[in-house]
Amino acid sequence: MQVNEQFTPTIVAFCCNWCSYAGADLSGTNRLQYPANVKIIRVPCSCRVNPMFILRAFQRGADGVIICGCHPGDCHYTTGNYYARRRTTLLFSMLDYLGIERNRTRVEWVSAAEGAKFAATMNDFVAQITELGPNRRLEDLRCRK
Amino acid sequence: MQRIGVFVCHCGTNIAGTVDVKAVAEALGREPSVVTSVDYQYMCSESGQNLIKDAIRDYKLTGVVVCSCSPRMHENTFRKAAAAAGLNPYMVEIANIREQCSWIHKDVAEATEKAIILGRAAIAKVQLNAPLVAGESPVIKRALVIGGGIAGIQTALDIADAGFEVDIVEKQPTIGGKMTQLDKTFPTLDCAACILTPKMVECAQNELINIYSYSEVDAVSGFVGNFSVKIRKKARYVDETKCTGCGLCTEKCPQKKVPNEFNLGMDNRRAVYIPFAQAVPKVATIDADYCTMLKTGKCGVCSKVCTAGAINYKQTDEIVERQYGAIVVATGFNPIKVDKYDEYAYGQSKDVITSLEFERLTNAAGPTSGKLLRPSDGKHPHKIVFIQCVGSRCTPEKGKSYCSKICCMYTAKHAMLTREKYPDTEVYVFYIDVRTPGKNFDEFYRRATEEYGVHYIKGMVGKVSPKADGTLEVQASDLIMNEQLRIDADLVVLAAAIEPDKSARPLATMLTASMDTNDFFTEAHPKLRPVESPTAGIFLSGACQGPKDIPETVSQAGAAAAKVIGLLAKNKLTCNPCVAHSDELLCNGCSQCANVCPYGAITYIEKEFVMPDRSKKIRRVASVNPAVCQGCGACTVTCPSGAMDLHGFSNRQIMAEVDAICK
Amino acid sequence: MQEVMKKRAIELLSDGTVAKVIGWMPGEFSYDMTPAVFTTAEEIESNFVYNDFCGANVSKYVMREQKKASDAKILVFLKPCDTYSFNQLTAEHKIVRENVYVIGVGCDGMADVEKIKAAGIEGITGIESDGDKFIVKTVYGDETIARADALAERCAACKSKKLTVYDEIIGEDGEVVENSGRFDLVAKLEAMSADERFEFWRNELSRCIRCNACRNVCPACTCEQCVFDNPKSGIDQKAAADSFEENMFHIIRAFHVAGRCTDCGECSRVCPQHIPLHLLNRKFIKDINELYGDYQAGDDTESKHPLTSFTYDDAEPSVIHERGNE
Repeated sequence: MQVNEQFTPTIVAFCCNWCSYAGADLSGTNRLQYPANVKIIRVPCSCRVNPMFILRAFQRGADGVIICGCHPGDCHYTTGNYYARRRTTLLFSMLDYLGIERNRTRVEWVSAAEGAKFAATMNDFVAQITELGPNRRLEDLRCRK
Repeated sequence: MQRIGVFVCHCGTNIAGTVDVKAVAEALGREPSVVTSVDYQYMCSESGQNLIKDAIRDYKLTGVVVCSCSPRMHENTFRKAAAAAGLNPYMVEIANIREQCSWIHKDVAEATEKAIILGRAAIAKVQLNAPLVAGESPVIKRALVIGGGIAGIQTALDIADAGFEVDIVEKQPTIGGKMTQLDKTFPTLDCAACILTPKMVECAQNELINIYSYSEVDAVSGFVGNFSVKIRKKARYVDETKCTGCGLCTEKCPQKKVPNEFNLGMDNRRAVYIPFAQAVPKVATIDADYCTMLKTGKCGVCSKVCTAGAINYKQTDEIVERQYGAIVVATGFNPIKVDKYDEYAYGQSKDVITSLEFERLTNAAGPTSGKLLRPSDGKHPHKIVFIQCVGSRCTPEKGKSYCSKICCMYTAKHAMLTREKYPDTEVYVFYIDVRTPGKNFDEFYRRATEEYGVHYIKGMVGKVSPKADGTLEVQASDLIMNEQLRIDADLVVLAAAIEPDKSARPLATMLTASMDTNDFFTEAHPKLRPVESPTAGIFLSGACQGPKDIPETVSQAGAAAAKVIGLLAKNKLTCNPCVAHSDELLCNGCSQCANVCPYGAITYIEKEFVMPDRSKKIRRVASVNPAVCQGCGACTVTCPSGAMDLHGFSNRQIMAEVDAICK
Repeated sequence: MQEVMKKRAIELLSDGTVAKVIGWMPGEFSYDMTPAVFTTAEEIESNFVYNDFCGANVSKYVMREQKKASDAKILVFLKPCDTYSFNQLTAEHKIVRENVYVIGVGCDGMADVEKIKAAGIEGITGIESDGDKFIVKTVYGDETIARADALAERCAACKSKKLTVYDEIIGEDGEVVENSGRFDLVAKLEAMSADERFEFWRNELSRCIRCNACRNVCPACTCEQCVFDNPKSGIDQKAAADSFEENMFHIIRAFHVAGRCTDCGECSRVCPQHIPLHLLNRKFIKDINELYGDYQAGDDTESKHPLTSFTYDDAEPSVIHERGNE
C-alpha cells in the first residue's frame, strides 16, 4: 500500500479507568508527547469494551483501535482483563481471518505508573497505523471524510 | 432535548498556554443542545464552581460538560457543584483537555482541534446521560466469623470490643484451632496454651460473642450489609445448656479405642469426649462413628453417669438461620498429607513424623506428657533429622508451588528446644533455603545454629530407609560441601507444607468469593486491600488467605476486624449508581452474565410478563443487585442481546463518544 | 428406522407420557424435510418422516414449543449433532430438561439434495441408505449415488456420532470422531495472504441478502430480540447498506455465538446464497481449541464456555499480530 505523506490517522484508545487512563494522565503530568490524533475514551474496565465499539470506530472513520487495561493480575475488578484478553484475541483473529489488516488493532496493558509506557505505546501505534495507511477494508463509505 | 452548558477551564496557563480556550468555548457553543459555553480561569475554584451553579439555574441546564483536567482529579468537585444547584450529579461529564491534551501537545492549532473533539465527545455522551440516584441499603449490625482458630478468635474479640455482636462458627467441638496443638511459639518461646486459652475464655465470656461450636455454614444468601446464613449445628448428642463439662462421661465410656485427633492419632480417646482440658465450650461430644449406643442401641453408660441429664441420643442436626452485615472467613489451614512421599518413609516407620506430631510429642499435655520419646519403642532419640520443604516449593505434580512460610521458624524452634532439653541429642536440619524475614526471626535462627549447635545442612534428603535395628538411614546431599551424607537417625521430622482447609472451596462458592488455584482466598487488592475479598462484605482473616505465622495472623485478624467495624458502624450503605442493570424485556435468562460476574451480583428471577395479546408468561430473567455490583461491565459484553447495560457507561454513550471522535 | 420411531412416538403419545412430538415431515418438496410438531397419532401416521434428508436440527423447536407451554411434556428425536445443541440450550436455561423425553437416533450422515441434483438426478421423491450408496427414489424410478458423492459437507467432516443426551436410543450410538478434518478449510484460508482472504470473504459476504435465515435457524441464537432488530441498540440494520454492514453483521453474529456454537452447520445449510457461514464459526472454534484447550459446546450442561472463563496464563492478543502470513 502506498504511504501517503499527508495521512494523519484517527486513533481511538479505550482506556480502563483504574490503570491505563491513570497511566495516560501520568504521561500528561510528565509532559510526555504523543500525537494529537490519539483520542481516549474512558471505560471502567477493559472488559467493558464491546466488539461492537471497535467495529463502530472503524466504521466511523478510525484507522486504528487500541485497548489498554490493567496488567493481567492487577485488574481493579480482579478478573475483567482476563475476559477482555480472550474476547479481543478472538475478535482480532477473526478480523485477520477476514483479511483486515491485523495491525490496526492492539491490546496493551498499561499500569497507572507507566506514563512513559503509555506515551511510547501511542507513538509506536500511531507510527504503525500511519504506515498501514487509511482503513479501507472496514470502513463505511458513507462515513468517509 | 437536553440543555447543556459547557465550561472550558484555562487552568491558569496549564491549558490556556497550549489550547485556545476561547476558540474551544466558541466551537462547542455551536454544538446541538448546547445553550451556553464559556471559558474561565479556574473552574475548580469557588467562583468557577459558582459559574456552573448560576448557569444551571439561569439556563435551566439539564447537562454540564466541563473541559478541564482529568476526571480523576475534579469529577467529584463538579458533580457536587451541580448537585448543590439542583442538577443530578451524574449529569456532569468531563473532557480531559489538560493531561490528555494541553500537557502532551505543543502545537496550539493541533491541541485546540483535539480539545474541541474531546469536548464534542463529552457533549455527545452527556446527551445520553440519565439522572442516577445512588441507592441505599441498611446494615445489619452483626458479624459472622467462620472458623474459631486464633484468626477467628482475634477478629471476633476486636469486633465485640467495638460493641458489635459477633457469631463464631467452628466445625470442631471447641474453638482454638491449630494453635491449641502447639507447644511453644517462636521467636519468644512462650507457651501457646498460655497465650491462647485466655482469649478462648474471653470469647466465651463476652456477651456480644456467640459461639456455634461443632457447626458448619450450610448456605449463604444476601449481600453486603444484609447476609442471611444457615448454620448447621451438628448433633453432638449432648445438651450444651445442661452439660457442665465435669468429664465423668469421658472417663466411664467403655469405648476406649478411638484415635485421638487432638494428638493426631498418637493415642486414644473415648467415644464421648472433650478434646482437651481447656476446651471452649467445655462440653462433651459423642462421636457417632464410634458410640456403641448410637450404633447398636446397647450401652447408655454416659447417660447413666451424667448427673446433669445432658446426654440425648435422639438429638439431630439443627439449622439456625441468622442475619449478618459482614462475614469474616477464618478457615485456616491444614498440613498436607505426607503419605505420598514414599522417599521419606512416612507410614512405613512410626519414627517418621510430621512437625505437628512433633509438637504434640513435646507438649506437656500430649501423649507422652511432654517427654520426647520415639513413637515406635518409647525410647529417647539421640539423633533427629528435620527435613524442610516437604511438599512446599515443589512442582505442581509433586506438591505445592508456594513456600509454606512457617516451617523454617518452627523447625528452628524444635531444634533449639530439643538441644536445650536433651543436650545429648544431635539435631540435623536439611533445608533448601532458610527464610527468616520477621522481627527477631533471624536472631532466633542464628541462636539455634550458633548457641545450640544445631547442624544446618543445605541440601535435600533423597531417601529415608528404615533399618532392621530400628534406626532410619537418611541419605542426603550436602550442597555446600558437595558430598553425599548418610545419617542413622532415631527420629525423622517432616516439615509438611500447609494448605487451605478443605471446607474453604465449597464455602467460597457459597460466598461467591474468589480463590486462587491453590484454594487460598484472594484479596480485593494484593497491596491495598489485603484483608477484603473482592466480594463486598466478605473479609479474610488468617491462613485462609495464604500461609501465615501467628503474629501475622493476629495482625491480619485485627485488620479484618477494623474493616468490619467500619462497615457495621454505618447505618446505611450508599451504592455506586454506575452499576449494571438488565432490561427484563430483552433478557433471555441464559446465565452467561452471572458466569462472568466476579461479585455474584447477578441472580435470576422468574418474572411474569404480559404479552401483547394480554396473555401472561413467566420468564427467567437476570436481576442485578446494585448494592453488590461494582460496575466493571464484564456482563454487558457477555450479553449478546444487549439486555445488560451499564449506567454511566452505556453502550449508546460509548458509541456516541466513538462517533464524535471519529467524525 | 422410520417405522420404529413412528411406533414409539405413537406409544408415548397415547400412554400420556408426552403431549407433543417433535420430528420431521415433508415440506414443499418431498426431499425438503422440515421440522414439525405432532400432537396426534393420525398426524404421525400420515406425515412423520425420518430419512437421509432429515438434516434439520430440531433442538431449537423444543425451546419454541416450551415457550408456548413450558410444562407440556414433549418427545423429541435428536440426531447426535442435535444433542449437542440440545445440551447447550439446556445449559442456558432455554429448555426445561425434565419436561422433554429425548429419543436419540443414531446417524451416519445426511444427504445433501443439492449434490444429488448436481449429479443429474431429477424428480426426487425419497431416499434410502444402502451401505456406501444412497438409493434415490425418483418419479423416473430408483437411482443410486455413491454415499461419498451425496453426503452433506458438514456430515463428511462430522465431529461426533455420539448421542450426548437421551432417555432411550433408536438405532446405534456412535463415537466422537477424531481427526474429522472439519478445520481443513479454515486452515486453508489461514494459509492465504490477507489480500486473498479479504477477497475471498468479500466475494462470499457481498452475496448476503440479509434474509436472517442463518440467525433464525441457529440453535445458539436465542435472544428475545436480536441487537440487529432493536432500534435501541444503536446498531440495528434491516439490510446491509454497504460492505461494512455486511461484515459487521457476520462478525457480530459469529462472535455472539462464539464458545456456544456446537458447529451443527445449520447456518450454512439454510443460506440461500450458499455462503459458507460455518467457516466463521469454525474459525472461532479452532482458535478456542488451539489457544484455550479443546472445547466442545454442548458436551455437557455444566461447564462455563471459553468466553465466560479464563486462565491466568492465557495467550496475549499479540499472538494474532505475531502470526506469520500477513
